[in-house]
Amino acid sequence: MALLDIRNLRVEFRTAQGLFPAVDGIDLTVDEGELLGVVGESGSGKSVTMLALMGLLPWTANVTADRMEFAGRDMLSIPPRERRRLTGAEMAMIFQEPMSSLNPCFTVGFQLTEAIKVHQGGTRRQRRDQAAELLQQVGIPSAASRLSAFPHQLSGGMNQRVMIAMAIACNPKLLIADEPTTALDVTIQAQILDLLVQLQRERGMALILITHDMAVVAETARRVNVMYAGQQVETRPVDSLFDNPRHPYTAALLDALPERASGKTRLPTIPGVVPGIADRPGGCLFHPRCRFAQQRCKTNRPELESDRDGRVRCFFPLDRGEPTDWPEDAESRGSAA
Amino acid sequence: MFRFAITRIAVLLPTFIGVTVIAFSLIRLIPGDPVELLAGERGISAERHAKLMQEMGLDRPLHEQYLTFILDVFQGDLGKSIRTKTPVSEEFFALFPATVELSLCALLFAVAIGLPAGVLAGVRRGKVFDHSVMTVSLAGYSMPIFWWGLLLIILFSGTLGWTPVSGRISVMHFIEPITGFMLIDTLLQGNYAAFNSAVRHLILPAVVLGTIPLAVIARQTRSAMIEVLGEDYVRTARAKGLPPWRIVGLHALRNALIPVVTVIGLQVGLLFSGAILTETIFAWPGIGKWLVDSIHRRDYPSVQGGLLLVASTVMIVNLIVDLLYGLINPRIRHAR
Repeated sequence: MALLDIRNLRVEFRTAQGLFPAVDGIDLTVDEGELLGVVGESGSGKSVTMLALMGLLPWTANVTADRMEFAGRDMLSIPPRERRRLTGAEMAMIFQEPMSSLNPCFTVGFQLTEAIKVHQGGTRRQRRDQAAELLQQVGIPSAASRLSAFPHQLSGGMNQRVMIAMAIACNPKLLIADEPTTALDVTIQAQILDLLVQLQRERGMALILITHDMAVVAETARRVNVMYAGQQVETRPVDSLFDNPRHPYTAALLDALPERASGKTRLPTIPGVVPGIADRPGGCLFHPRCRFAQQRCKTNRPELESDRDGRVRCFFPLDRGEPTDWPEDAESRGSAA
Repeated sequence: MFRFAITRIAVLLPTFIGVTVIAFSLIRLIPGDPVELLAGERGISAERHAKLMQEMGLDRPLHEQYLTFILDVFQGDLGKSIRTKTPVSEEFFALFPATVELSLCALLFAVAIGLPAGVLAGVRRGKVFDHSVMTVSLAGYSMPIFWWGLLLIILFSGTLGWTPVSGRISVMHFIEPITGFMLIDTLLQGNYAAFNSAVRHLILPAVVLGTIPLAVIARQTRSAMIEVLGEDYVRTARAKGLPPWRIVGLHALRNALIPVVTVIGLQVGLLFSGAILTETIFAWPGIGKWLVDSIHRRDYPSVQGGLLLVASTVMIVNLIVDLLYGLINPRIRHAR
């Protein structure tokens, strides 16, 4: 049985302009010890999905789902007290901005031991030893002396390591890393990613790695979930996704990788932005930015269909960069381009 | 931290000089002089007036008078009251505990109610409790002190008869001053009936004086709380599975307190100015009432000396708040 099983998750935000569906029918399964990559541009609902699972959304959010189970427990009807016992212990999360994610008024040691204290108890001495050991495990030099440091005395990379130490303190079954390297500089990014993957292997925990960087996914994940405007557009194993992307959006993301653009004078981009509350299109949500959009894409919304080794949400999924099942008549084709 | 303290203290010196100038000149801008008011309605002959002014040194040019004043100040001498002929500092410090007692109790009242109300309003943002707290605090903030004091006197002292109308303690009790703080002195002397009386006398003035600071503290706490609750580290605290009281009462409040402590420090100045009105309404024998009396009598040394001491107190309190601020906020403590 899957560790995490989410069916048809919807998250709507109450805004001044009405309900905005930030997450629009997401299915997500993660097995124990699996490393799942979730990619998509800013605003595609990646973080919101995870925050909904963790119960960290603000009160303006309305979360519904057909099923949301973690380790056999129903996360939709779970009482708050039960949920608190799980969050931080069995499922943990680290965030994008390490500098602001740690409380500036408390020492690193306090914040680390606090997580241990709430879920495991133990004596002050034990907690302190454990905290020092955790800092060492996440690669912080002279760990014991860093316990009394305040977050502002450490670098961003160090703070993110502290966040990771805090998240793994209680041996979670699932760790969610929400763009853990976005705010860090490039050399540190690789170190943090390596650390996450190493911890995931050593501890056999499941890891959901949220990112908008396809290159990061290629290096780490085994399965990839591509999201766009609150919907899943494609999910499949990382090798076949990179080898033969079927959704035009996935293909476009891959084309935008500098490594793959060799020989071209200009790096390909995807025109436009992810639709917001005011400009959410009818039909396929990606059609205004899709090179291959047809008349049908403007009027009908495609479902997430199983194909080969994954699932894709497209009427005319690509095969080796060419759309399949295109309509024969030139009229409905020509009007779209 | 030490350097931080030194720089804060150094800044106070020019402020202190400025205060001496203002205290010295303001009272002299008011028409009339001490001799005229000493003479009363019978009036005084011009020669005698001039002679008395000369005796007091008030006939000399202003800059000379100021120089004498400030030189004396730096030697710790604030001069003698024209009215009572006792040293100003002696009069001041005899009455000072009464004002401090009143102000402290008012501040205690303001913090004890304003802080929790602000925290809860911030947590329950947009709910009924939030709106009620904000409405009531706006009303409290807008209420003139003298009007609010009279209303309370009419209700609690007049109609209900629960509290005394004025004074610091019932005339039935005679308390030998030890610390000058009535609540402490009565307890030290084991006179619980007197203590009871002192508390009953204190309640209304403290509430009246504390109302505006309460409103300010509640509003500041609320907005600081709302801001802090949206911070990433509060989300982290929730992601750790901490109980709500710990998230709000520890992680959020500790950060929200930083601006609130500053505001509480600023209220001290407000308390002293408010004390002048409150003490007058409740006939509270403190600095405020004494200053008002001194102004009425153009008792120059008392007014300028009293103002100087009050201003110094406010400055010292603000200095303490600045240092406290460094204790609460580690980022300031470590900054050079």
